Amino acid sequence: MMHWIIAPVLLPAMMAAIIVLAARFHETLQRIFSVASLVAVLAISIGLYMQASDGTVTLYQLGDWQAPFGIVLVADRLATTMVLLTAVLALPVLIYAIGSGWDRRGQHFHALFQFQVMGIMGAFLTGDAFNLFVFFEVLLIASYGLMVHSGGATRTRAGVQYMLYNLLGSTLFLFALGTLYAQAGTLNMADLAQRVAAADIENSAGLRVAAVLLLLVFAIKAALLPLHFWLPSSYAEAPAPVAALFAIMTKVGAYGIIRVYTLIFPPSSPLMQGAHEEWLLPLALITLAIGMIGVLGSREIGRLVAFSVVGSMGMLLASVAQFTPAGIASALYYALHSTLTTAALFLIVDVIRERRGSVAGTVEETLPMAGGALVAGLFFIACIAMAGLPPLSGFIGKLLILEASQQSAMMGWVWAVVLGSSLVAVVGFSRAGSTIFWKPHQLAVENCGSAEDPEDEQGARELHDPTGGNQPLPMLAIGLLVALLIALTVFAGPVMRQLDATAAQLFAPQPYVSTVLETPGKEIVKHGDDHGDDHGKVEADDGDLPADEAHDAGTEAITDDALGGH
Amino acid sequence: MEFLIATTIGVLTAAGIYMVLRLRTFPVIIGTSLLTYAVNLFLFASGRLVINQPPILRDDVTSYTDPLPQALVLTAIVISFGMTAVVVMIALASYLSANDDHVDEAGKLAEERHAGEDPDRQQGDEKESRA
Repeated sequence: MMHWIIAPVLLPAMMAAIIVLAARFHETLQRIFSVASLVAVLAISIGLYMQASDGTVTLYQLGDWQAPFGIVLVADRLATTMVLLTAVLALPVLIYAIGSGWDRRGQHFHALFQFQVMGIMGAFLTGDAFNLFVFFEVLLIASYGLMVHSGGATRTRAGVQYMLYNLLGSTLFLFALGTLYAQAGTLNMADLAQRVAAADIENSAGLRVAAVLLLLVFAIKAALLPLHFWLPSSYAEAPAPVAALFAIMTKVGAYGIIRVYTLIFPPSSPLMQGAHEEWLLPLALITLAIGMIGVLGSREIGRLVAFSVVGSMGMLLASVAQFTPAGIASALYYALHSTLTTAALFLIVDVIRERRGSVAGTVEETLPMAGGALVAGLFFIACIAMAGLPPLSGFIGKLLILEASQQSAMMGWVWAVVLGSSLVAVVGFSRAGSTIFWKPHQLAVENCGSAEDPEDEQGARELHDPTGGNQPLPMLAIGLLVALLIALTVFAGPVMRQLDATAAQLFAPQPYVSTVLETPGKEIVKHGDDHGDDHGKVEADDGDLPADEAHDAGTEAITDDALGGH
Repeated sequence: MEFLIATTIGVLTAAGIYMVLRLRTFPVIIGTSLLTYAVNLFLFASGRLVINQPPILRDDVTSYTDPLPQALVLTAIVISFGMTAVVVMIALASYLSANDDHVDEAGKLAEERHAGEDPDRQQGDEKESRA
């Protein structure tokens, strides 16, 4: 069972290679492989989730090397929850891409999609900070390809901006990791947790710099103000299924913040000195406000949804920034909700753009679209969820966040901004919805009075639109996402019990640390000198000492070097 | 030596940031390359600077240089090389399809200004970049 942990990473990677190499010119085969891979990943994710749901932390040592030396994958509650969310999101999005024909509008959509899933899964599962960087790069490089899928001048320009921004983010990530390594002498997260806890407070300037740099990196990914500028135009210009998949990417940033600042730099650590309350919380609240004001100000419906992503990330991080078990649990619930809602909204936006012809997604009235009733209904449901109105999961999530903030010193601000921004979002969404879905009918009625033959005009429009009614597959995909949202609302109780347990596990990291560091790896055998330098790694750990003592000696040497130097 | 390395990293970073702020694709790509050079040096130095020591720990070696940053730098170099290649290609596609190499929105205005001047050329470029 232990080996299954790496399956969500390996399977999409292998499938991507097969799709590129073996099924390059067979569209149908590509689709079959892609869907089959994601179905299998979903099944494995459910299995991993079940395994971790009783609180066990499962470890996978790559190459069987013991923890601080080798790279480990760790499946605890948080990681498996996020993995499951990714799998649940990716499948409907892929079905939509196939149903709407987006995957045929450029090369290698399926391979890139698989690589993207691989990177996201790896980022959630890894227990090593440098490996986290590598998986970030994997998901980013796949996302660059997906971002400019099917081309076009505006999209490519948005793609260049997105790439450059993230390239700078990656550079910053490397600076952060370098600082962290120079100070702590390790990059394994569990090992880091121990080293940082034991660090000398007087001499901790470097560690603090590393902590803040890492926070900046994750804030770029999570689109925290003032680092959110990349998000609106990238998400609005990206192909719709890609934008829907990107919904999970901002959560990778939020996951990074939750993981690093509960495990490595916990809020109780004197190193942090309330940095979360003083910096993260106000910035998150401003992000929320700016996002929702952006919703109100957008003239194009894709941008509108993109700004609502910024707003929802603000909401999520405002809850994370309290760093209480209740805050993290409600943030996780909100993360599940907002990922599914954002994806559904982006897919609906794509349907709207397709149906409205030349006006595409601009918020202005035109003639009614074909099959508008169903689209309007779905848009309405998704907007209710996003704006956080009852009865859907957005409302529950917001309620949980408000409840969790009661212990916070900034409770008044949190309540004011959350409730105020909800109102702004409701106004923004209802204006867009009524302009797109209701005004056209009014326009048609007015035309009825003035023009000679209005029915002809409308009839001709429907003739021009080859889709006529609703295509089954795209609607199935959107329906799946909306059904998941409703399920998340109905089963809010059991879900919250699981998430409370997840948050509790995060705030008691001892089992995680001991599982990672105390599981023995392979036995290290001493080689003769004839093996030469290519066995440097083995020889570095060997000697007459048993593996454990050799490890202690090695780490002590590095610690002395690192903490004592300069 | 610490002073030399620190100055080099600082100068490379400053030059990189300056180039990135030029907001035209070629200087920006050069800028990101300079930044990755700076960060590679920084990573390399994060294991402390030691001269003429083996990068391994053995029984008979008392002083050694930390091998891990060297492995990290190798990974970082490979990744940044790949990223630079991708960004060059996509920036080229962007330039060819829009006939303009501004990174920011100011370029969009310029594009609109020139839109009427030479439509044939633009269309041709767009076809090329799709092919």
